[in-house]
Amino acid sequence: MIAAERLDHTGATGTGDTRSAPGETVAVRRLTLTDFRNYTALRLDLEPSPVVLIGPNGAGKTNLLEAVSLLTPGRGLRRARIADMDRIPDTGRRDGSVGISGAGWGVAAEVDSIVGPVQIGTGREAGSDRRSVRINGAPSSAQALSGYLGAVWVTPQMNQIFLESAGSRRRFLDRLIFATDPAHAGRVSSYEQAMRDRARLLKDRGPDGADKTWLSALEAQMAERGVAVAAARLDMTDRLGRVAAEGFGPFPGAVVAIEGDIEALLRDGPALAAEDAFRERLAAGRAQDAVAGGAGVGPHRCDLRVRHLEKDMDADQCSTGEQKALLMALVLAHARLLSAERGAVPLLLLDEVAAHLDETRRAALFEAIVEFGTQAWLTGTDESVFAPLAQSAQAYRVAGASLQAMGQATGP
Amino acid sequence: MNEIERVIQLLSRLPGLGPRSARRAALHMINRRESLMQPLAQALKDAGEAIKICGTCGNLDTADPCGVCSNPARDGTILCVVEQVADLWALERTASFKGRYHVLGGVLSAIDGVGPEDLNISALVERCSGEVKEVILATNLTVEGQTTAHYIIERLEPTGVAVTRLAHGVPVGGELDYLDDGTLSAALQARRALG
Repeated sequence: MIAAERLDHTGATGTGDTRSAPGETVAVRRLTLTDFRNYTALRLDLEPSPVVLIGPNGAGKTNLLEAVSLLTPGRGLRRARIADMDRIPDTGRRDGSVGISGAGWGVAAEVDSIVGPVQIGTGREAGSDRRSVRINGAPSSAQALSGYLGAVWVTPQMNQIFLESAGSRRRFLDRLIFATDPAHAGRVSSYEQAMRDRARLLKDRGPDGADKTWLSALEAQMAERGVAVAAARLDMTDRLGRVAAEGFGPFPGAVVAIEGDIEALLRDGPALAAEDAFRERLAAGRAQDAVAGGAGVGPHRCDLRVRHLEKDMDADQCSTGEQKALLMALVLAHARLLSAERGAVPLLLLDEVAAHLDETRRAALFEAIVEFGTQAWLTGTDESVFAPLAQSAQAYRVAGASLQAMGQATGP
Repeated sequence: MNEIERVIQLLSRLPGLGPRSARRAALHMINRRESLMQPLAQALKDAGEAIKICGTCGNLDTADPCGVCSNPARDGTILCVVEQVADLWALERTASFKGRYHVLGGVLSAIDGVGPEDLNISALVERCSGEVKEVILATNLTVEGQTTAHYIIERLEPTGVAVTRLAHGVPVGGELDYLDDGTLSAALQARRALG
């Protein structure tokens, strides 16, 4: 709530650019890939300005975006298995097991982060199924990465986001939260851990056979952490909602709301009361949860609802073109929110997005990227689409797992 | 497998050692057979025979009850509950706790198949029916550690002992600017009146 007031305050002055925005740009300055997807070895030295990757389908543009997305917590923008990121052999298809030699992969980066320059390394070590993370050379956890940089991405798969199950919308919302609240990732995963443990207990021993005290201890953990998760999501939707309602140039205004039992409890009363009510509902639902698995109530069931403001229409009823525009409008609203609140915008990874927008919206998107001063990574097949960015971006041609810088006038 | 390979294989099972460091450690010992290897073997043999698990608190010692439980200078009315012996040792290193301990031997985890009956919890409840007045819960701040703490609180309720837990907050020598949000808000909630 305090943050929202601050936003209103600074928002009134225009761009909200009251602090020293330059110098706070979050950017990848050097990216090194080793045996990652189709790259054997790649080193890229970058400016903090937008990055444009142009090349035919299958050249490895999205792989680069995926590598950058792995500098933040989670499974990256493809949500792939860690072993699937091993380098694909040149000679044929993967044998389906664990990559060619099972030798693992690595993504290392030097990043201008929220807290200054940092070296991040992540990858899969040979024989391991887990992703390992190093920060400034010291072993760390993927969750710790959110203390350094955030990234928000839009991929062609997300064009279906308003039609798919609520899970993909929750993940999208959570990613927006990670960018401002590094602890959110930890809360979500510990909530899910407590839920899995309770589900296992109910499955193994049944609602009557399981130790009641143990169950209520797990339910207390779920309630405490689940209410914190719901509160963070409510807070983000409130803050984002204020900015998204204003629209973004030619992008439609959006009404965002979160729908869920726990969120409703939180809106109506204090957090402690919500925790108590959540715990009671979990205890009452044990028999049902033992049969169905999971939990019948909780923040893992909430949904992010989006409406097209001008058309007064739910997002899933809008045309596919309008849905894409709504999604971009939310991403841009989030960037504007963060720019006003903290003067730093997360990395934007926009895979094949520009080509799918009409010309007015594309121009507005490019303008916004330049205005935010964020390192946006854009991919596309057609060079001419990105012509308006020629002066402000660094462009590379991607072909055959290698990159070639496209000088301002001397493109190949 | 010859004797040297067997030593290397056993050493490589130690935490923190892989095959390479196990080979280095083995070579190092072989080069110092009389000054290091044989005394170490003897020490391991002696310890292997002498170490007992304390029947009262679960600590490791050469005597049962252990040195902490049998020390009359320690306050038997305060019990500190820890997950592992390593945690007990960590608290002992501070030399600031004068009560006694209770080692659980793990944490509740349905996924790993660890239930209350696998932990040293019934014995804790039993101990609390005696002279114990306060139980300090010093489990880790993980989901499992906190679930276990919750479980113990409920199990101890009928005994009427006071239950406390370690404070969460600003580390000694820490700077607020560098703390994560979760730690800072925990520290705010757990603030204390001065004077």
